[in-house]
Amino acid sequence: MPNLNPPKKVYDVCIIGSGAGGGTAAKVLTEDGLSVVMLEAGPRLNPEKDFKEHVWPYELAHRGAGIGAKGRGQFNDEFLAPNGFWEIEGEPYTTAPGSTFNWFRSRIEGGRTNHWGRIALRFGEADFKARSTDGMGDDWPITYEELSPYYDKVESYIGVFGSKENVPNSPDGVFLPPPRPRCTETIIKKACDSLKITCVSSRLAILTQPLNGRAACHYCAQCGRGCLSASNFSSSQVMIPPAQATGRFTMIANAMAREIVVGKNGKAEAVSYIDKLTRNENRVYAKAFVVAASACESARLLLNSRSSNFPDGLANSSGVVGRYLTDSVGSNLGGYFPQLEKMPAHNHDGVGGSHMYMPWWRFGKKNDFLRGYHIEFGGGRGMPGVGEFEGVCMENEGYGVGLKQKCRSTYGNYIGFAGRGEMIPNEKSYCEIDPSVVDKWGIPVLRFHWQWGENEMKMAEDMQETFRNIIETAGGTVLGVSKRGQAPVDISDGGSIIHELGTVRMGNNPKTSALNRNCQAHDVKNVFVADAAPFVTNPDKNPTLSIMALSWRTSEYLLDQARKGQI
Amino acid sequence: MAAETVSRRNVLKSLTMGAVAGSVLRAIPLEAAAYAHGVIQAEKANAKAGEYSPKFFSAHQYKTLRSLCETIFPADADCGGAIEAGAPEFIDLLTSENAEFQLKLGGGLMWLDSTCTDRYGNAYLDSSPQQQTEILDLIAYRKNAETDGDLGHGVDFFAFLRSMTSDGFFTSEIGIKYLGYVGNTFLTEFPGCPPVPGI
Repeated sequence: MPNLNPPKKVYDVCIIGSGAGGGTAAKVLTEDGLSVVMLEAGPRLNPEKDFKEHVWPYELAHRGAGIGAKGRGQFNDEFLAPNGFWEIEGEPYTTAPGSTFNWFRSRIEGGRTNHWGRIALRFGEADFKARSTDGMGDDWPITYEELSPYYDKVESYIGVFGSKENVPNSPDGVFLPPPRPRCTETIIKKACDSLKITCVSSRLAILTQPLNGRAACHYCAQCGRGCLSASNFSSSQVMIPPAQATGRFTMIANAMAREIVVGKNGKAEAVSYIDKLTRNENRVYAKAFVVAASACESARLLLNSRSSNFPDGLANSSGVVGRYLTDSVGSNLGGYFPQLEKMPAHNHDGVGGSHMYMPWWRFGKKNDFLRGYHIEFGGGRGMPGVGEFEGVCMENEGYGVGLKQKCRSTYGNYIGFAGRGEMIPNEKSYCEIDPSVVDKWGIPVLRFHWQWGENEMKMAEDMQETFRNIIETAGGTVLGVSKRGQAPVDISDGGSIIHELGTVRMGNNPKTSALNRNCQAHDVKNVFVADAAPFVTNPDKNPTLSIMALSWRTSEYLLDQARKGQI
Repeated sequence: MAAETVSRRNVLKSLTMGAVAGSVLRAIPLEAAAYAHGVIQAEKANAKAGEYSPKFFSAHQYKTLRSLCETIFPADADCGGAIEAGAPEFIDLLTSENAEFQLKLGGGLMWLDSTCTDRYGNAYLDSSPQQQTEILDLIAYRKNAETDGDLGHGVDFFAFLRSMTSDGFFTSEIGIKYLGYVGNTFLTEFPGCPPVPGI
């Protein structure tokens, strides 16, 4: 029963979601004078209470494994910043028969920017011109040149370290100085040099110098836990506070958006949401709406916003909402490096992430697959954690002082490699509203369909071969089996790289896209989408930096429209 | 625990209030963060360690568990063993919350006792040191289950216990020190890789 009291207040803009896209929009819109209300499906963040920065495993009864060991060996272990989940009780999603899809969702102010790897890569010129380049997929309605000034603005504000390298189609940005390499990175860099694989400084949203009131990194390698000095980027600590400081920003936490309500004039006029604390349904009114709930959650909201004018969901006269779903192609391989055995004990922490990476180094060359991938790698003498010695114990077996010493002598000598490649959208990968399942708030849930294409399988095989070459060239031993052509290819499950996007794509043709070149709905002029849902391609660069640049650009367009009285 | 949390929060709150002047960002300066963590660690060090009463295992099973953990990672000249590292408490806590662990470890301990009773006439702890070594040497290696299928359950149990003991040992203060991990600090600059020939 909608609660329509007290008398309605109409905000200039309602933003749904507080992550990279929503946070950027909140900052840009409020600083230019608009009043903004933001709905966040989780609680407010309280870093002093929520973060486990600098906590040792032995200071926690579960040592990081979490209650019932549910976090053992998981990305979202006990140390991770709060409320990032693979499964949310009472908020399920389903997968179609034969499909596997994993959906990581954060229910917390700042969304997944509390949990991301801080990898901040610009898309390249060719990434916006996919179809023109190789005939597959589609071109974006905008070019790199159009987005480039917004990359500059984002990098200058949030701080990204890196080095200028002129790598084709991996553009340089506004960089802070990079940190020195760790030993693991030094030996891999040498191997890559001899293999002619480009290996350069990573580009991470972590401050190596003080910037805009934030302290420089103190090199504890714990970015994923959340950073009390906000030396890494999160929307919660870097985008929301300046919005709040304008006095024009209101956040409604624990608010699960159910539907965007359309008025008699055909424009959106309110968002109907469930207050998770009271289970009451409320409405918040605004003149314009920025949907930034994460690509699939945004598609879900639009598809669930059905009305007589929009029977297939809001902004979906084209039928593309939920379609063109992609994730990065992921493949992993590890190696053991005996030369590291002689390293003395030393501080190997560094920033929370790789100091070096391999951008796609075969751009424009003839390969047996289209598009490309980059490589991330890490290992060495990090803080020991649960599950870390399982492999050594399994391999060596036995027990006693000998096993204890074996664990010590192998500690820190492993390096793992992870490829992140571009998936080409296909007809078999999409999400839709499940016809029979609702979540505990009564909102119909998403059903995922997923299938990798032939190109992705070839790419994953190529990753494995590259990893093996690097490991062996660097004097290491490949762990496990990896042989070309051997089935099954090591390829990640859909969604598990957490780069899912494309579900509310932009384009110039209203018949084949949901949003125009300003991320404004073709069908409803006061609805915008500002996460990764508008992306037309999913290049071999992690999406977050581009989400922020595109959201900044969309927000400036919205401001311009507001000034002209168009909204 | 409650007192620690409150005091940690108060320390951080007071630091935060001083720190944010001139900045709207939700961050505290580096020195303040380092100081606050020092305070927390001192509090932790002062907390008294009470007698542990197992949450899942029976008193007898827990005694057996402790013995097995210490056998897997014993004290040596360099460092204490799994008991000093708190591995049995850690394993008991997780097992009390996880039905799969309860089957593997609870069931595994009972398998061990009944197997020892069949072979030696006594439960594991009451068997002679030579008998204990004999049965452990059988279940500590997968290949033994290939020749004697009856050992399969014991081998699986021991492999899992060994892995959990490694978790408990190497996430402890003494285990981390034993490995030579020297991070989790506040540095103003990252020094990079120390000069070592061949690296």
